Amino acid sequence: MLTEFHPPYEKGGAQQISGQRHLPSGSFHKIDRRTALKGLGALTFGVALTACSQGKTPAAKAASTAAADGPHILDGHRPDVLEGPALFISIAADNTPTITCSRSEMGQQTWTAMTQIIADELDVAWDKIEIHQAIGDARYGDQNTDGSTSVRNHFTRLRQVGATMRLMLRQAAANEWGVDVTEVTAELGVLKSGSKTLTYGDVAEAAAALPVPDAAVVPLKTRKDWRYIGKPVPSVTVPKIIRGEGTYGMDVQIPNMVYAAIARPPAHLSTVKSFDARAAMAVTGVLKIVQLDHPKGPVVYQPLGGVAVIATDTWAAIQGRDALNITWNDGPNSQYNSKEYAKTLMASANAPGTAKLTRGDTMAALKEGTKTISADYYASHLSQAPMEPPAATAQWKGDELHVWASTQNPQSGRSTLASILGIPPEKVICNVTWLGGGFGRKSKPDFLVEAAILAKDMGQPVKVVWTREDDLGHGYFHSVSAQHFEGALDESGKTTAILHRTAFPSISSTFAGDAADGPSDGELGLGAVDNPFAAPNLQVEACKAKAHIRIGWLRSVANVYHSFGVQSFANELAYAAEREPLEYLMELIGDDRDIDPKTDSAPYTNYGASLEEHPISTARLKAVLQKAADMANWGRDMPKGHGLGIAVHRSFLSYVATAIEVKVTDDGEISFPGIWSAVDAGTVVNPKHTAAQIEGGTIYGLSNALFGEITAKNGVIEQKNFPDWRVMRISEAPRDFAVHIIDSQAAPGGVGEPGTPPAAPALTNAIFAATGMRMRKLPILGQSNRLDMSTAKRT
Amino acid sequence: MAITLKINGENKLVSAPEGTPLLWVLRDHLGLTGTKFGCGVAQCGACTVHVDGTPIRSCITAHEDVEGLEVTTIEGKEGKEAAAIRKAWEAIDVPQCGYCQAGQIMSAVALLEENKSPNDDDIDAAMDGNICRCATYVRIRAAIKDAASSL
Repeated sequence: MLTEFHPPYEKGGAQQISGQRHLPSGSFHKIDRRTALKGLGALTFGVALTACSQGKTPAAKAASTAAADGPHILDGHRPDVLEGPALFISIAADNTPTITCSRSEMGQQTWTAMTQIIADELDVAWDKIEIHQAIGDARYGDQNTDGSTSVRNHFTRLRQVGATMRLMLRQAAANEWGVDVTEVTAELGVLKSGSKTLTYGDVAEAAAALPVPDAAVVPLKTRKDWRYIGKPVPSVTVPKIIRGEGTYGMDVQIPNMVYAAIARPPAHLSTVKSFDARAAMAVTGVLKIVQLDHPKGPVVYQPLGGVAVIATDTWAAIQGRDALNITWNDGPNSQYNSKEYAKTLMASANAPGTAKLTRGDTMAALKEGTKTISADYYASHLSQAPMEPPAATAQWKGDELHVWASTQNPQSGRSTLASILGIPPEKVICNVTWLGGGFGRKSKPDFLVEAAILAKDMGQPVKVVWTREDDLGHGYFHSVSAQHFEGALDESGKTTAILHRTAFPSISSTFAGDAADGPSDGELGLGAVDNPFAAPNLQVEACKAKAHIRIGWLRSVANVYHSFGVQSFANELAYAAEREPLEYLMELIGDDRDIDPKTDSAPYTNYGASLEEHPISTARLKAVLQKAADMANWGRDMPKGHGLGIAVHRSFLSYVATAIEVKVTDDGEISFPGIWSAVDAGTVVNPKHTAAQIEGGTIYGLSNALFGEITAKNGVIEQKNFPDWRVMRISEAPRDFAVHIIDSQAAPGGVGEPGTPPAAPALTNAIFAATGMRMRKLPILGQSNRLDMSTAKRT
Repeated sequence: MAITLKINGENKLVSAPEGTPLLWVLRDHLGLTGTKFGCGVAQCGACTVHVDGTPIRSCITAHEDVEGLEVTTIEGKEGKEAAAIRKAWEAIDVPQCGYCQAGQIMSAVALLEENKSPNDDDIDAAMDGNICRCATYVRIRAAIKDAASSL
């Protein structure tokens, strides 16, 4: 673990945390809104200063109009009046710093992490900070909160933001005192030179008038001087959550608002033929029935169409929706049967595909092997199923559209709304609420568009609520996948060749429609062409696969099935060679080196990062593998029915190895006596929350591997709600989970997703160790509570 | 017809059609949005509130059925068990996205009110109806034990 730390806000030690720490509140309450505006007036730049201090900014005009005792709406900063560090920081005359978080908070603790980074370089007291949520605006840089990018892509910029503001405050104090800036220190919101002191708030207005220095001349703290970065700073959202405070998309309430539920086409891209609304209109509270256009061309983020019921509360809207009598036209996917499709997909993976990585001569080496093995792996469609189903509220204020939603991507929300509603993007204000989980689903702003269309039709604010049935029935699903592997061993048991064929409908199908036919290069870079094995002959092939439902991102995306395949097959090779699996996996990875898939003619973009800063390092991969093995006390004698499995995977620039001990009873019940993960995410901003992400990401992966199965019959998703869509519950979850974070000064990698990929193969390898049964198809249990033990080999 | 419900110790006049679940009365009519909607069929526990001290799923409970009873939501839940649970939740940062946590906390508080030192099986039995998609289960279990030991 990182160095133990007793930060200033925890002076009394852990027992007093709840009493000591401040609750930085968001922009969700009117009082915070005023604080933020006051801050804006005090420290902004150029002409904006005047405008803000006169309260004439669009932000001021859009100030909260929350109902007297109803909860909260939020209006974010309007960055069109700001530039430089003032985009992210304002300092009020009373010295309160307000930090704007441009990333969406969905449980990964980005409010805490982004604030740690800025506040460290700004050097302000933690318990004084207010936190504000940004609206969607390109000036913040990328706001798409997926790909585990918040820290890894914004770390340096946000440090510069904080440091730039701090330098300007020092300069303003230096001007005030008539001394050189080098004689002014700035610490915890206080400026000092000799015996003279001022607060940041005292000089904020003067600092605002200074030119913004170039980032290149702004000094950043050295690592040893970090006050918050790398420390287990407590969450800033938890104190609100435990009191039922904070506003999620589902919670937004604004005056004169009505509620909508939508009956969407049962099969993807089918359409409304006719409908009878009489029974729906008879439901008390139902106000109006509106038919929505069906999508044209590739679906992208268009609403799916159907019929909306608008009512005075959510319950009436749902009751009205369920009372609609709709006849649907068959569509292009109304024949989709996932059970049949599994065979088609597996056949595709068993035929030669397009070679995407070629090292040596794999086909020849496979023929020459002393021993050859092959294996096919299959994994079902999955649903992200965040606890909060999608929800969005829209309000038209003249020609300006205001939306509040639990969106992972307010910029694509803004551009999509502008495009579909036919208004300029600058007329769209996309406010971000807290997200009750996202997992990729809420990167798509289709539900925002539904709200905007209906609010326009109604002439009043509308909240669109997705029910769980809507979420499961009409999602952007994680792709079904089939993979075929072949491997050759020489007489010593060494692996000489690996063939990996992968077939799955691509996320590209959502954007390109039928033109997409199988894996995209981007998806192959998620665990296929970045294969870490040193085999002299390696071939990765992409095989065709058409989509018949909307395909989208789910936590760690194609890494989920690629890691399952690659790490399972490595385990199968070890047993074929009659070798100890961990030792064999280490040998497969081979010598310490940095891998560049392009050397083997593979397309590879390394999660958008350079390979110089973020190499694929086999040394780091092996280090986490060894650490997880050590934590699990690998090699110990196991009780009857117990097995240890291990897997390692690099994704989103971070390395995670997970060892799982399973217990499988004679009648096939599975439990987890222990799970151990080691993560190397480079520089870690918050070890406490990094560990939580590895725990959560791993169990999310285990839940999917054990139970997760979305199926379609005649184009209609068969899972309607929990528990048809089964997710792990506390009695099924591991009772203990140990995470070790490798101490590293490397550039930061992601932490939200990398825990997920090793979970499934560590589990299936453990089940093999316990039972001799190889699990090549996910989910392992589905709706069953027991493994079929008929082929088990018990020792 | 309007009826009076006692929510968090206050009388609230509610006018909703018969059969409207307590969940939507709390959220849409009274603005108490701390109680969450996750499934609508009593399978996820996000909507858990206490009625006369017993945890119930407000998404399947008709609001008129709690007339004359004491309804307590996350916003109003106090007492030494609630304080201990909140303190334990904060100490190890149990919540991630937090959406299910009102329900988790209401179930956990009810458990401690009944059982001062729950074992793992007791925790499983009391908490199995509360799904957490962020999978904070390991910390939920640890925090319940921490809270119990502090009482």
